[in-house]
Amino acid sequence: MEELLQIKDLHVNAENKEILKGINLKINKGEIHVIMGPNGSGKTTTANAILNNPMYKKTNGSIIFNGEDITNSKTDEIARKGIFMSFQSPEEIPGISVTNFLKYAKNKITGEPVRIFEFREEVKKYMDELCMNSNNMERSLNVGFSEEKKKKNEILQMLVLNPKLAILDETDSGLDVDAIRTVSKGIQMYKNENNAVLIITHNTKILSSLKPDYVHILVNGKIVKTGTGELAKEIEDNGYAKYK
Amino acid sequence: MPKTNVNEINRNIYDIKNKDNYDFKIKKGLTEDIIKEISNQKEDPEWMREFRLKALEIYNKLELPTWGPDISELNMDEIATYVKPKTKLNSNWEDVPEDIKNTFDKLGIPEAEKKSLAGVGAQYDSEVVYHSMKEELIKQGVIYTDMETAVKKYPELVKEHFMKCVPIYDHKFVALHGAVWSGGSFVYVPKGVKVDIPLQSYFRLNSPESGQFEHTLIIVDEGASLHFIEGCSAPKYNKVNLHAGCVELYVKDNAYLRYSTIENWSKNMLNLNTKKAIVGKNAQVDWVTGSFGSKISMLYPMSILNGENAKTEYTGISFAGKGQDLDTGFKVIHNAKNTSSVVNSKSISKNGGKCTYRSLVRINENAKNSKSTVSCESLMLDDISISDTIPTNDIRTDEVEFSHEAKIGKISDKTIFYLMSRGISEEDAKAMIVRGFAYPISKELPIEYAVEMNNLINLELEGSIG
Repeated sequence: MEELLQIKDLHVNAENKEILKGINLKINKGEIHVIMGPNGSGKTTTANAILNNPMYKKTNGSIIFNGEDITNSKTDEIARKGIFMSFQSPEEIPGISVTNFLKYAKNKITGEPVRIFEFREEVKKYMDELCMNSNNMERSLNVGFSEEKKKKNEILQMLVLNPKLAILDETDSGLDVDAIRTVSKGIQMYKNENNAVLIITHNTKILSSLKPDYVHILVNGKIVKTGTGELAKEIEDNGYAKYK
Repeated sequence: MPKTNVNEINRNIYDIKNKDNYDFKIKKGLTEDIIKEISNQKEDPEWMREFRLKALEIYNKLELPTWGPDISELNMDEIATYVKPKTKLNSNWEDVPEDIKNTFDKLGIPEAEKKSLAGVGAQYDSEVVYHSMKEELIKQGVIYTDMETAVKKYPELVKEHFMKCVPIYDHKFVALHGAVWSGGSFVYVPKGVKVDIPLQSYFRLNSPESGQFEHTLIIVDEGASLHFIEGCSAPKYNKVNLHAGCVELYVKDNAYLRYSTIENWSKNMLNLNTKKAIVGKNAQVDWVTGSFGSKISMLYPMSILNGENAKTEYTGISFAGKGQDLDTGFKVIHNAKNTSSVVNSKSISKNGGKCTYRSLVRINENAKNSKSTVSCESLMLDDISISDTIPTNDIRTDEVEFSHEAKIGKISDKTIFYLMSRGISEEDAKAMIVRGFAYPISKELPIEYAVEMNNLINLELEGSIG
């Protein structure tokens, strides 16, 4: 198994408060990992710290991606190295259409000019799979989109940008069963043996069709338990009380 | 050396001339003699000469505006040096500031046009384009010429409309304009004629001193329509730093006029421009305005909706950087039943720049069943920039629909992070957000201007990442 991401003893502050208190995590190519945990346990902080969001300060530890230390790399560099994050609340960007944004980002990520025809075909294919209306392509990015449209749009970006590691932060929150199924389908389309997925969630609905390799329980800034898919089931039945 | 000889001869002539006008040389301020000299050079007809002198009289009586930006740096005692024809207006290419030269280069302005825009000789030869367009228009009876020619060739039309929409007693700089105006465009579109290609003004290319007190007069007669584009997004550089132009638009019954302009002045300029439209029954005037550059701008286009069902839309954007104070906005008078106005104003400020939206909406008692929707949005790129909104709403009847919405925002770190997480650099992310913010304006512009405006935004944002 080839190692893709390794997080070592990561401590992170947000607003001068320590949120992550020594996280260790290793993700190999071909794996699906899940981080579960109660609200405020540091799930979103973990995702933001990997992409080095300047609002989160790392006080200790390191992040190695594909053999390179990216602990202090800029967010856009990290993205270009192949890490993608699906946001819990995607930002609205007025005046920039979905299609132009995708084209622009793809050009930045691949460093190559985007071939318009192929690009259109590719995007259309993904949109069909995700049950998205292609009329939305010319609309401003996320502006006035429903929760479901925003989340599907994140998955669409993941498919088009085709990262080595996709971090999905609460992608399932606020979605109904059908939408979760569609999003899962998108993740399955993306997933292969050369890339990896890190799913951050606090419920288990999305996991039923995805079959995670590892489930980590994050409580109060630390991973308190790591297990297989069975662990998610246990949480579904009994909650986090046991780990608090 | 022959060169010396020539200089000496010139010198002699100059001395004599100076002697003739000795009187005004030592007097401070603007005098009748200066105005008469301008009038002589223009070969004005008598009525225009009298008009200029009348305007001068009013100019001397009016006070400087005390509201708005501080324009005290303008030395009114030495106004004569701003307005005297052919004096020191030509500078050397070497003297043109580097930032302006850079902007020309980055916008891809041709060499000849650069020099013309910088007011240093070499006139850009746009005659071919200009003429082929003109042929078509002439067939339709459209008149499109420079203002001086119009005064001589179409005296009745000009007399009837010239500074009737913007009267000379409006404010001190309008009076000044009336006295010293020079250059500009005249357009007349006859009844029922639809001009289907946008008409672009080339006045800036015609004479080195134009673009300072230029006068634009457009008459769109009943049932006719026109899209007129003035200016371009390259900075106009003059050594003298006062611009007091005037734009008058007459949109007669059932007519349509769209007036688009991107003004980009060099950053030493005081831009005190006056623009007004009178709109007839079932007629519509749309303004699309981009204000860039200048040190201080005071610019408030105005629509007077005089006919029933008259409409106006204003779409404007201004961008203030370091040391700039852009005081802009829109004024509308609803003066008849069922009139409507829509205002969409945006401003961007960075590096301590200041943008103020100052507006007037007046709905008169006779304007029952009228509608006015005002939306203004400001975007500040840092903590030291300033944005302000000063609306005046004077609604004199109950039977109206009126709404005013103002939003002031900053580029959020979250948004930048979101874009950066897609591989986009911080600088590109900011530029993308600003371009998106400006999009509702740029989409109203013809493509080449929209592209230039985007380039200009990118230029303004360069190096703004701290």
